[in-house]
Amino acid sequence: MKRKILSVLTCVGLAVGLLGGTVSAVAADDAAGDFKVGFIMLHDENSTYDLNFINGATEACEKLGIEYSIKTNVPEGQECYDAACELADAGCNAIFADSFGHEDYMIEAAKEFPDVQFCHSTGTKAHTEGLDNYHNAFASIYEGRYLAGVAAGMKLNEMIADGTITEEEAKIGYVGAYTYAEVISGYTSFFLGARSECPSATMEVTFTGSWYDETAEKEGATKLINDGCVLISQHADSMGAPTACEAAGVPDVSYNGSTIAACPNTFIVSSRIDWAPYYEYAITAFMNGENIDADYIGSLQTGSVVLTEINDKAAAAGTVEHVEEVKAALESGDIHVFDTAAFTVEGEELTSYMADVDTDPAYEGDTEVISDGYFHESEYRSAPYFDLQIDGITLLDTAF
Amino acid sequence: MKNKTKAPLFHITKRKMLPWHRRWFIRLIGILLSFVVCAIITMVMTGLNPVEVASSLVYGAFGTPRKCWILGQEVAILLCVALALTPAFRMRFWNLGGEGQILVGGLACAACMILIGDKVPNGLLIFIMLVSSVAAGAAWALLPAICKAKWNTNETLFTLMMNYVGIQLVAYFTIVWEVPKGSGKIGIINQNTNAGWLPQVGPSKYFLNILIVLALTVIIYIYMRYSKHGYEIAVVGESENTARYAGIKVGKVIIRTLLLSGALCGLAGFLLVGGTNHTITTTIAGGRGFTAVMVAWLAKFNPIGMIFSSLLLVFFSQGASEISTAFSLNHSFGDILTGIILFFIIGSEFFINYRIHFRKS
Repeated sequence: MKRKILSVLTCVGLAVGLLGGTVSAVAADDAAGDFKVGFIMLHDENSTYDLNFINGATEACEKLGIEYSIKTNVPEGQECYDAACELADAGCNAIFADSFGHEDYMIEAAKEFPDVQFCHSTGTKAHTEGLDNYHNAFASIYEGRYLAGVAAGMKLNEMIADGTITEEEAKIGYVGAYTYAEVISGYTSFFLGARSECPSATMEVTFTGSWYDETAEKEGATKLINDGCVLISQHADSMGAPTACEAAGVPDVSYNGSTIAACPNTFIVSSRIDWAPYYEYAITAFMNGENIDADYIGSLQTGSVVLTEINDKAAAAGTVEHVEEVKAALESGDIHVFDTAAFTVEGEELTSYMADVDTDPAYEGDTEVISDGYFHESEYRSAPYFDLQIDGITLLDTAF
Repeated sequence: MKNKTKAPLFHITKRKMLPWHRRWFIRLIGILLSFVVCAIITMVMTGLNPVEVASSLVYGAFGTPRKCWILGQEVAILLCVALALTPAFRMRFWNLGGEGQILVGGLACAACMILIGDKVPNGLLIFIMLVSSVAAGAAWALLPAICKAKWNTNETLFTLMMNYVGIQLVAYFTIVWEVPKGSGKIGIINQNTNAGWLPQVGPSKYFLNILIVLALTVIIYIYMRYSKHGYEIAVVGESENTARYAGIKVGKVIIRTLLLSGALCGLAGFLLVGGTNHTITTTIAGGRGFTAVMVAWLAKFNPIGMIFSSLLLVFFSQGASEISTAFSLNHSFGDILTGIILFFIIGSEFFINYRIHFRKS
């Protein structure tokens, strides 16, 4: 009897499989031409960071109707080189990786396969490496952060007007990951956005020493709240800070996607990078046999920097309209996020700064980035390099 | 009326040692049964054809020459760690500190590459890297060994805790040597000069690592089976009192064996950092210090058998990656299948050692 059941099950399995096999074979015929791309992701769809990339990749490839393959859970080591080479072996014409630590291994693979295009998001070395087939990409997320900061500043103003807090108590808390330029650029632009609305705003920043550590982020947010911060934002990727805010009833500006489902009362808005426009641009260029620049910087105009819907329940009245106005002013160039008139470093307004744009182990400043009255972020390479400690922001710990 | 006690439904008796063909027959049945269970789970949970999934698994491990080399490299490193643990385990010294010993070995190797990479000729640099990796790994195992030999401390906990110290040490130096500032990553060391990179020998970057570990397998096999040291290890493992009675200095054997065990873990760290990754991260050991425990046990501490048990585990993990790419299944699904198959393989050892008698109706 048992044997019978087994054999029946096996037959059913085979039949289902054969049907499935035929269906997938038909679907493959739809693919346009023989252009194929591969993607390398640090984690899988359970990580908000990688999910954001996976969604962008899927969207762009479906739209262009090309064949693609995604490798998930690829660590930032030799595994990344192996994965990139395997994708090249499998006939991919362009290969994209999503995590900072993948960069050096992508460069190794790019040297080995000169006819395949290698693109790396968040990396810093393409403009100095001198390889035609290796490119970096980022987006002007500091503009998105600035807009989210505007929404935060309006919330602070509302709280001051309500009498919930005094002007001096308008202190923001920020949970950062590392003292890395991308993080510094992120919290500074957020703070400048908030202070453009609420001039008395100050900020405290704590670092977790990890890009994703739910417990540490939750503890960090709680520490900031206990320290008197009345509004929280974060760089790190987990739900730690948002849920701590919801529990304490403190308004929160989140990152990488909406957290409204878990935090309906405290979530104000979130900014994120949409990678689909970049993927579409790069793949289309490669398909037409054109090359792209070493660095690509997406912006508000390209649709690469986006804000989620603003939560009316937590945001101040009129936030939606005002954020739109500021967005238009940023797009037209009427205002610049890092306008040197808007911030000071050790009490001085800056007129010159040599930033570490070309990566080297000595962290040497090599490029003048201040001109025309503002700090030119993400113009000399795509990844952020704003690493100044401006007045008004207190770093609670800088161990990482 | 019903005071007659019923015989239990089944009872278990210990078997005598079965002839080798019976043992392999039981294992074969176990593996076949595990395939059937995997097939059913695959169909029920994913609706995919189990045969297609299985062939994708095989393709993921052996599909292209590159995949074969990667498989070989992964087997080599895992096997190296398992070989390192074997002498300690034979002595019933449960060295669970492989992870930390690999990490400090790798850290020492990376330190040499960073600090003196441009100061000494490459051949000498590689030699210094090798010596410091092996010494660091040995030192990491020496501390628990001395405490065990002198004060009979619990080596399981001690070696386990040394892992965390090792991880934090690597985390600290990652911040010291990070490039660019604040990124928390060292990146590939000496990417432009290739200083301290092991040379490519033969057809693949991974060939040298594989050769080194193959040689090591033979050496450990001979050491354990034919050397006086190997015999002393076995006696201490069986009974410390017997060993003492026979005039073996137990403390000395413990320390000597753990030095070897840690040194070989350090060698694995050297191969990972100098041979392939050319960087150091807290995750570079990738849990091999623990997976190797299973490799060693599955092969009953026989170095030649470990080639096959490490191949089995690596085969499934490489195959699982392929499944997740080919069918958009989560990586965890491959792990589930691996778990089922291991469960049956380990379970078949029960049926080799014991016999089940059912109640006669």
